[in-house]
Amino acid sequence: MIEIKNIVKSFGDKEVLKGVSCILRQGETNLIIGGSGTGKSVLLKCIIGLIKPDEGAILYNDRDFYNSSLEVQQSIRREMGVLFQGGALFDSQTVHQNIQFPLDMLTTMSEADKRERVEFCLQRVGLEGTGKRMPSEISGGMKKRVGIARAIVMNPKYLFCDEPNSGLDPLTAVKIDELIKEITQEYNITTLVITHDMNSVMEIGENIIFLHSGHKLWEGDNQTLMHSDVAELNEFIFANKLLRDLRS
Amino acid sequence: MAIIGKYFIFLGTLFTRREKLNVYWRRFMEECVGVGVNSVFIVAIVSTFIGAVSCIQTAYNLVSPLIPVSTVALIVRDMEILELAPTITCIVLAGKVGSNIAGELGTMRITEQVDALEVMGINSASYLVLPKVLAAMFTFPMLVILAAFLGILGGYLAGTLTGVITPRDYVYGIRDSFVPYNIFFMCVKPFVFGFLISTISSYQGYFTKGGALEVGQASTQAVTNSCIAILVADYLLAQLFL
Repeated sequence: MIEIKNIVKSFGDKEVLKGVSCILRQGETNLIIGGSGTGKSVLLKCIIGLIKPDEGAILYNDRDFYNSSLEVQQSIRREMGVLFQGGALFDSQTVHQNIQFPLDMLTTMSEADKRERVEFCLQRVGLEGTGKRMPSEISGGMKKRVGIARAIVMNPKYLFCDEPNSGLDPLTAVKIDELIKEITQEYNITTLVITHDMNSVMEIGENIIFLHSGHKLWEGDNQTLMHSDVAELNEFIFANKLLRDLRS
Repeated sequence: MAIIGKYFIFLGTLFTRREKLNVYWRRFMEECVGVGVNSVFIVAIVSTFIGAVSCIQTAYNLVSPLIPVSTVALIVRDMEILELAPTITCIVLAGKVGSNIAGELGTMRITEQVDALEVMGINSASYLVLPKVLAAMFTFPMLVILAAFLGILGGYLAGTLTGVITPRDYVYGIRDSFVPYNIFFMCVKPFVFGFLISTISSYQGYFTKGGALEVGQASTQAVTNSCIAILVADYLLAQLFL
């Protein structure tokens, strides 16, 4: 479980996050949704320790990330797996090397064990036999899968995905969503997905947090989402004509 | 002043939270290939032609019965060892290696590869930059030695093939009044320049913000700043060591 307590973050005069609090539950796919520029990515970066918030706290199973020693922070980081928006694969390494990278850097596993673990992760994301290919030789969807494989290779307790469906066709997007949900339930981890893709919201949103202008305006699940009386949320959800028609 | 301060803080981060030594060794060897071995061709071409041109132009300016012809070789040798091989080679390397480093790190930054390292708890600056700096400081002196050799050889070939100087006079000239200390000075320069080029370029690339345009700007800035730093350091080293 991750507890986000009153996060405030400003860049110069611009206050991006204005006291966001929420709880990301274990074994569930937690979603942060909202329009562009509402502070979703900044909040994610605050949670994973890339941007230090001006105020507030992030508690990883009661361990306060920003008020912990470097050793505790490092141990929390090793429990994280992050899928970045573009995959963030290392261009100079093959798919196999990309996935093995955290094992090389952070463990003392034997080469055979590492190979076995990488093969397992590749299989888990449905990319068997692609280990020798370079990131430039694979499609966007495959890059996301490799990113997921790299994120889960260390058996993380927390999985973070920044817009996992951006730039993907609807079919691949659904497959990525399903994969994230399966992994969350299979390993009983705390997963946070940043998205503004309504398909994802409806498919995998077990705990949804809606951000608007740096505030948390709404929290619930995909069952209650459609019946919210928050005007900004409805405007966001029903921006799509198809959904508007369905609602009416 | 703020930029200089940030640069020195950046240098400090290279030595904090270091990774396992074998990780650096592997990265160091990779960078030696990227920074050093891959630069041999351009260094060889540039230095050979600079040596050749130096020989021809020196001979052109020394048309006097009072000056022995072997002086041409002596001048080519000293120009190569004291200035052309270390400084010009490093300016060429600032263009090739510096822009490469800034472009690579800048691209890694904007595609979140640096963030990916940080999230894993890896000191990205140390992991990415330190091997580049060490590789540059290790390989640049070797490239400069090669450049000096090829420069003098280029002078020999140009001088003898055009009939400006006989092989005997050239060999006599390059052995005449030889000061071994100059070789030491020649090796100190690329050691310092390698540090400056790699750290300045890394700094520019590492703190890139934005997109492809900014990566290009960071590369240009890296080369410009590296060249300025080389020229200033060249003067200071000459004052200090000669």
